Amino acid sequence: MATTEVERRRGQLAALSIAVVVIVVGVPLWWKTTETYRAWLPVSQINELSNLQLQLSADVEVVFARGTVTPEQQKKVPLTRTQDEEHSVDEDTALRYRYETRYRTATIMEEDALDQPTAAEADLSLHTLSECPCGSLVVYVIPESSSLLPQDVDVYIGQRRTALLRIGGQIRVGKTLDLLLAHLEPRIKQVLQVMSFSHTDITAALSDRVRLSPGNKESIADSMRTFKSSPGYEITFSLLNPDPKSHRLHWDIEGAVQTYIQPLLTKLASVANFSIDSQTLYYAMLGVNPRFDSSLGAYTLSPDSLAHMINPVEARLGSNAASSNPVLNFLLYVPDAQHSPLHIHDSKKQEVPTNAFHSPRWGGIMVYNVDGFYGPEAVFPVDLNINMAKVMGVFLAQLRLLLGVQSPNAPSGFLVAPCSRTGLADWELDRLMWSRSVENVATATTTITSLAQLLDQIGNIVINDNIAEQVSSAVTSLQLAVAELEAGNLRFALQYSKEAILASERAFFDPSLLHLLYFPDDQKFAIYIPLFLPMCVPILLSLLKIVSDARQKRREKQAKKD
Amino acid sequence: MAAHRCSRSALLLVLCSLCLFSIAESQETTPAGDHRATGVDNPQSVTGSTEQMAEQPTVVEEEEEEEEDRRWEATRDEVETENTSAPDTSAPTFEVHSSVPKPKDDFQEELVIRPLHSGDIYASFQFRTLWETDFTTGNKVSHYRLFPKSLGQVISKFSVRELHISFTQGYWRTMQWGQPFLPSPPGAELWVWFQDSVTDVDETWKELTNVLSGIFCASLNFIDSTNTVQPSASFKPLGIGNVTDHRFLRYATLPREIVCTENLTPWKKLLPCGSKAGLAVLLKSEKLFHSSFHSQAVHIRPVCKDWQCKTKSWELRQTLNVVFDLHTPGQGKQEWSLFKMFSRTLTEACPLASSSKIYVDITDDPQGEQFEVSPATHLLSQAMVLGDRRTFSLYDLTQQITFGTVRSLNLHIRWKSSEGYIHYQPSKDRVRPHLLEMLVQLPPNSVTEVTVQFERALLKWTEYTPDPNHGFYVGSSVISSLVPSIVAMDTNSTREQPLFSSL
Repeated sequence: MATTEVERRRGQLAALSIAVVVIVVGVPLWWKTTETYRAWLPVSQINELSNLQLQLSADVEVVFARGTVTPEQQKKVPLTRTQDEEHSVDEDTALRYRYETRYRTATIMEEDALDQPTAAEADLSLHTLSECPCGSLVVYVIPESSSLLPQDVDVYIGQRRTALLRIGGQIRVGKTLDLLLAHLEPRIKQVLQVMSFSHTDITAALSDRVRLSPGNKESIADSMRTFKSSPGYEITFSLLNPDPKSHRLHWDIEGAVQTYIQPLLTKLASVANFSIDSQTLYYAMLGVNPRFDSSLGAYTLSPDSLAHMINPVEARLGSNAASSNPVLNFLLYVPDAQHSPLHIHDSKKQEVPTNAFHSPRWGGIMVYNVDGFYGPEAVFPVDLNINMAKVMGVFLAQLRLLLGVQSPNAPSGFLVAPCSRTGLADWELDRLMWSRSVENVATATTTITSLAQLLDQIGNIVINDNIAEQVSSAVTSLQLAVAELEAGNLRFALQYSKEAILASERAFFDPSLLHLLYFPDDQKFAIYIPLFLPMCVPILLSLLKIVSDARQKRREKQAKKD
Repeated sequence: MAAHRCSRSALLLVLCSLCLFSIAESQETTPAGDHRATGVDNPQSVTGSTEQMAEQPTVVEEEEEEEEDRRWEATRDEVETENTSAPDTSAPTFEVHSSVPKPKDDFQEELVIRPLHSGDIYASFQFRTLWETDFTTGNKVSHYRLFPKSLGQVISKFSVRELHISFTQGYWRTMQWGQPFLPSPPGAELWVWFQDSVTDVDETWKELTNVLSGIFCASLNFIDSTNTVQPSASFKPLGIGNVTDHRFLRYATLPREIVCTENLTPWKKLLPCGSKAGLAVLLKSEKLFHSSFHSQAVHIRPVCKDWQCKTKSWELRQTLNVVFDLHTPGQGKQEWSLFKMFSRTLTEACPLASSSKIYVDITDDPQGEQFEVSPATHLLSQAMVLGDRRTFSLYDLTQQITFGTVRSLNLHIRWKSSEGYIHYQPSKDRVRPHLLEMLVQLPPNSVTEVTVQFERALLKWTEYTPDPNHGFYVGSSVISSLVPSIVAMDTNSTREQPLFSSL
């Protein structure tokens, strides 16, 4: 009896000690070794970013020319006024526009410049006088009697960052300055909306972050046409020659790119990096059969069929092996001799004068008919030189559209200076930079917040140090970008927003995040159960037995006591 | 000449009537591989024929009436890939670009067809794009005409000096087929020389393999440090350039890689004419992959543009080698045509190609005794292939006359019946025996060995013979010679002759 009691005691002790070892050593060891490494993330800052308060500041300088203000008014200027405008886009996003307007009178040099015979010359000489920084504007208020502007034009928008504003007739010299300013204010605001940023542009740029209620069709089409903001773009020009037996085509793409495209891209260099290449594709067919219109004696493509043209061609275009930036494709299609001439018709069955169309966020296609360059008695193959000026004019316009450089609809009474050789006015670049900065900030915040959300929700994901580093740098860049926007330093704001977007994308698409992502709990059990169950069952059973024994003993004791 | 006449007379009919009652279960084993007579040529006769061939041009020109038509063309050396830094000895091109400035790139295509000793057909496509440009210097190359853009971008992005990639399905049987123009191992093989400006070669190599894997739809992304080596003695650069520091060389093979249509399509896309015109029309995957051997490759290297090697060009060589097993037993005659091999005929050259040619290797049969090529061509060409002077019939696709009146070229090769005849009738279990008949032309002073492999099968218990220790008896083989002599077939019994001499 005594020996069995000792045996039992020993058995219990053994079970207990094994259980203790398992719990004290085994469980922490298992816990420690199966832990996923998760580096620290700046969660609180990311949460702050999810609530975005963007402030855009634009500096405007209003310069009064001689004859617009009286000497006593002149004494009161220079003065500075600040105007704030607040919009709440949705519950997480708020916008505030701050216009800082400084009023001053024109210097002598500027007066001389304004005495030029035409507005364009005045614009040029004003530009040489003062280099105003990116994102700011100078509005020159000129007297009504000035001959710079044509009769029906009140506002002239130059190629740089200057505008000429003719003072209205009803405001006569001699009224108080406040009245004058109050009169000028709405006009200056109009100028700002054209030359700097408008609320519609900025909300469109926020589309990545804010789901907007669908507006009118045109604005949706506008917003969908433009390529997403990206740190770089690849531009590919492809000459499609489906009939090399008949046409031997020569295009001086190298020279044309240098002459027509490169100036624009040099100007846009601060917005994104561009790389250009070109190729010639032979036997590249369109996916659609053009219809022969006997009344015109030409083949026609209807607008419905245009949508089917791209896919078959795209298989031949080839993807860009060297980078993952979005590709803008520009195709020049020379129809084969049997299907010439080929015309693109619009929905009203009218010939499209440029014979070209573009596809949103993809590129443009131009049909170039060559049948007029050789007679019926020509000996095939014919050597043909392509008129690159004509082609590049179309492609340049399409490129501007696809990059989002779109001329705003100027209100009546506005005269916008014609495009210069670079194809882009300074203020157009500013507009693009404003919307691109906002877009980058919006995209980067969305990426970072959703990454943080994802990492928070799925505990399995390993967060390596480099990802934490990228996230931190993205957050820092974002904060800097927002601060620079607030300060009105457009160039820096864009720079930081680009860095933010790069870092956030790199963190989001890091392959190391995927390793343990699809490792659900049931699979864990499948791994652990064969290991732990055989080990745990005896331990648990003996523990249960010990507990029940102890309870029984206590009950016996209780009974004895009773 | 006399030797050939002699060999013609030595026609032997080998009749192997194999009464293999051993109930061979292996009825399905085709006779193509194992049951074929392998004529072991006498080395003397081979050298004799090459000597004869060397002095052939004069002979031929005397015989031919139209001497002008027969043009001997110095063909580009096929073996220039054998690390000969000697400048390219290419033939002067006949095309004259008069009106427009001569383009800086040039495209050539050719197809070499060689009937192999084993009866198979070896077809080798070569497409060469030469481009007078420089990827190495700082200025960016970005305007492509004939050179494919995707590969050009790869070269400039990864600073590649030389790139050789091959995809091979099947195994090249050197014993039966001789040497290939360019050997390639089964599976995928990739070796790359990087420029010495590359700092992190391993990283570049990894990215390059990933990009190439996308371009060629192959699993090249499985190339990693475990299967990459840096050979120090072999794989010297094939193009110009004097850097041979093997730190910039990487070599990897993926022997398990299975080559199929998805690799062929992107390969064809690199050609300027795609598969729409020229020789590439023949590249139909359903026929190409139904072959004994298939190998497609891309070689990129810098080459000299002129004799002094002052300017550098980049050469993209796309090759596709395929061996068709067109031997069908029991039909008596062997023949093939372009249509039979590729299910297409040729109608035009690629309009972008400066030269487009088909070569048929007639070295082994300069007199047209063993096989006949139709339509006949007057153009002949000689080239040194792997140190061996070979003769080719030449078809120039850039000339309209090649296509004749039907406007399509369908090359036929018909073996003359003297070449051989194989008739094989497989046995049926317990119904009929095997029959293998072979008509073989034997060269003089040669040894011919015929081997037949068979498998044994299990017998039913009633089929055991009373004396199983004897095994099975196999009937004798019969050799009958077709001697062109009246002695052998004298049916005229009226003549007074000894009886033993008349049958």
